[in-house]
Amino acid sequence: MTKQVILAAHFPGVNNTTVWSDPAAGSQIAFESFRRLAQTAERGKFDFFFLAEGLRLREQRGRIHDLDVVGRPDNVTVLGGLAAVTTHLGLTATVNSTFNEPYELARKLASLDHLSGGRAGWNVVTSWDAFTGENFRRGGYLERDDRYSRAAEVLQTVKELLDTWAADEIVADRAAGTWSRHADPGAFAHTGRHVDIHGHFNVPRSPQGRPLIIQAGDSDAGREFAARDADAIFSRHGTLEEGKAFYADVKGRMARHGRRPDQLKILPASTFVLGSSEADAQERARHVRRQQVSPQTAILLLEQLWNKDLSDHDPEGPLPSFDPVPEQDSIIKGRARIFDDPLATAAKWRAIAEEKGLGIRDLVIELTGRQTFIGTAAKIAETIDDFVQQDAADGFILVPHIVPGGLDEFVDTVVPLLQERGVFRRDYTTTTLREHLGLTA
Amino acid sequence: MSDHLHLAVALDGAGWHPAAWRDPSAETGDLFTPEYWLRLVRLAERGTLDFVTIEDSLGLPGPGTVRGRLDALLIAARVAPLTSHIGLVPTVTTTHTEPFHVSTQLATLDYLSTGRAGWRAQVSARPGEAEHFGRRAIPAIDPATTDLDSPPVRALIAELFAEAADHVEVVRRLWDSWEDDAVIRDAATGRFIDRDKLHYIDFTGGHFSVKGPSITPRPPQGQPVVTALAHSRVPYEFAAAAADVVYVTPASAEQARAIAGEVRSLTDRPPLVFADLNVFLDPERKARLDALAGAPYASDAHTYTGDAAGLADLLLAWRSAGLDGFRLRPGVLPADLDAIVTGLVPLLRERGALRTEYTSTTLRGHLGLPAAANRYAPQEVSA
Repeated sequence: MTKQVILAAHFPGVNNTTVWSDPAAGSQIAFESFRRLAQTAERGKFDFFFLAEGLRLREQRGRIHDLDVVGRPDNVTVLGGLAAVTTHLGLTATVNSTFNEPYELARKLASLDHLSGGRAGWNVVTSWDAFTGENFRRGGYLERDDRYSRAAEVLQTVKELLDTWAADEIVADRAAGTWSRHADPGAFAHTGRHVDIHGHFNVPRSPQGRPLIIQAGDSDAGREFAARDADAIFSRHGTLEEGKAFYADVKGRMARHGRRPDQLKILPASTFVLGSSEADAQERARHVRRQQVSPQTAILLLEQLWNKDLSDHDPEGPLPSFDPVPEQDSIIKGRARIFDDPLATAAKWRAIAEEKGLGIRDLVIELTGRQTFIGTAAKIAETIDDFVQQDAADGFILVPHIVPGGLDEFVDTVVPLLQERGVFRRDYTTTTLREHLGLTA
Repeated sequence: MSDHLHLAVALDGAGWHPAAWRDPSAETGDLFTPEYWLRLVRLAERGTLDFVTIEDSLGLPGPGTVRGRLDALLIAARVAPLTSHIGLVPTVTTTHTEPFHVSTQLATLDYLSTGRAGWRAQVSARPGEAEHFGRRAIPAIDPATTDLDSPPVRALIAELFAEAADHVEVVRRLWDSWEDDAVIRDAATGRFIDRDKLHYIDFTGGHFSVKGPSITPRPPQGQPVVTALAHSRVPYEFAAAAADVVYVTPASAEQARAIAGEVRSLTDRPPLVFADLNVFLDPERKARLDALAGAPYASDAHTYTGDAAGLADLLLAWRSAGLDGFRLRPGVLPADLDAIVTGLVPLLRERGALRTEYTSTTLRGHLGLPAAANRYAPQEVSA
């Protein structure tokens, strides 16, 4: 059978990809928005639904960031509700390994898996900043090198906890009064550098046994972590060439951990804009980018590159006359810096601005947030299929830019074409998330 | 309305009797399925009860009963979209959990249920649960061998309840940390929120410090309903200060009067006082289960065994002694819950002591609690 495409839907998040100013934009917080988007994804036979996590509101220049969507519900709790209004769709969320303890985390995941009939998944992320720590018991700071070692140990401990109950542990013999096969179900002990716990896990084995494990880091340590431990990667490499290189690199690492390449699914996060013609799609894409980059947002994004207060600059005017401020505390907190080499990036931006005669906002629109897929439904279906067959991806995590209707058009027009191409399911034939992805626990 | 008593049911596994799962009526094979919990909560909703609580703990129940449980808050989330009126009150431990997470999770339950969320805040003094977290040791207290009035035990209890009080305080501040009209979506200025309406809570305490604001906007009820079970002075003080509803465990109407008086005397803003009662509406079934368990059912709360009419009499008598309501613990599920809904509820309605239909849509509304003022919002100034 031709390699099948995996599709997931990402509820739009709290960055400027999400357009809240559009008349079609609904609540980011009401359950109805989550229900609607999840049910649309299920109508489109998607593999899973994905929710990001918030642990502290972003700040810039020491003030709460107010230009993008702010605020969200607790993601795992929302998934518990979505389990009630969907039947097949996988339900996955990011949960931080630094600010959650393994016992509680394993309980949440196993419970969600029971309550959804085997559809739960966990995107394991790490955090390291004292800024986020200010909201939690552990407080403080985790050295960068310790991030992955703590994440790996938390993941390992969660796996151990989830494995404590055998599938046939509960016998529930009413006449004999025997509840479990063993006198001591759920017993565990984990002693390590970051986690030292023992006792009894209290959630019986869930339908999947182990919920889907997703990983999102892109560093060498992150890739290694994924090659060893993850079932899926939420990747950033959405172009064909970058995607192929990333795919080959990560899958190439797996043999060292005794795993086959097909045991890890690589899923770039992707945005899309559809149109009735190529020109129409391009026009709509440009319109969306203008919505995403308001004048205020243009200055704010520029500040992230310049690492300096630029509020006195005109959004329609030229770039700052001075260079970015390197090597000092980032002015943005609660989010990773998004530019690796500010000086080189600024020089490139300056050259493009001069060549095309662009002011700040138009330049930011030109250079940031370009959608992954722009085109007609036919072209996007072909491109997705192409990426998957050429091993640039195993599928995509689609990020609509509007809540809650942003996935409707994709489901109505692109999904049928993928089905016609024979690369996407016409209906669910499996019940658990792992089964949807062709994985075993 | 003042003639009505408040009625809640405490859901736990196959029921509160340790051998409940062995009863032929028990749905023992379904205890870890969502359908089981949905059936129970829908049944309670048919009885127009104020709310259900869902028991939970961060440890494994001991031998002789159902071992294993699902996260109570997620059970509540799972049933919320499929129920319409009944309050949903999961148990969440204060001792090892993160107040920040608990606050956003309960706020989210309030969104999922459009204003029906509550919380049974529970202290954990079990050494085994502390060992599941590895952050601190809690010494074993065996009432048979330990003097409960000894200074170390008193200090431990005081510390755990002080931490619980801090926990609830942080959760409540975080709920208020967004003013209700903080989201403005003002395209002209490009601002999604008015950040002056978001507030740092800047809590500093012995076990945690929390900066805030919440990541979750203020939930529909503003303040979801906080409840706590309390058996003695220190927990009474905690519950009186922190909770909207306190469950107490009198053995008689006289004790109910005394305890309710004591709890109310501890605060200017008295909580509703409910009595917890174990309920067995089929005496023969209870006798069978006691025989299977090898001992009569023992509990921290009074146990009622008899018919629905006798239970209705007891509730009304104790209500007259000064209680606001009851949290009934069904001995066997769903059988005793079914008997409550089909037997007790009609009797209470006949006597004008229970609503015949829901007249409000939020849990605060069912309980007659006023709209929750936001501690951070500017006070209204009357002209």
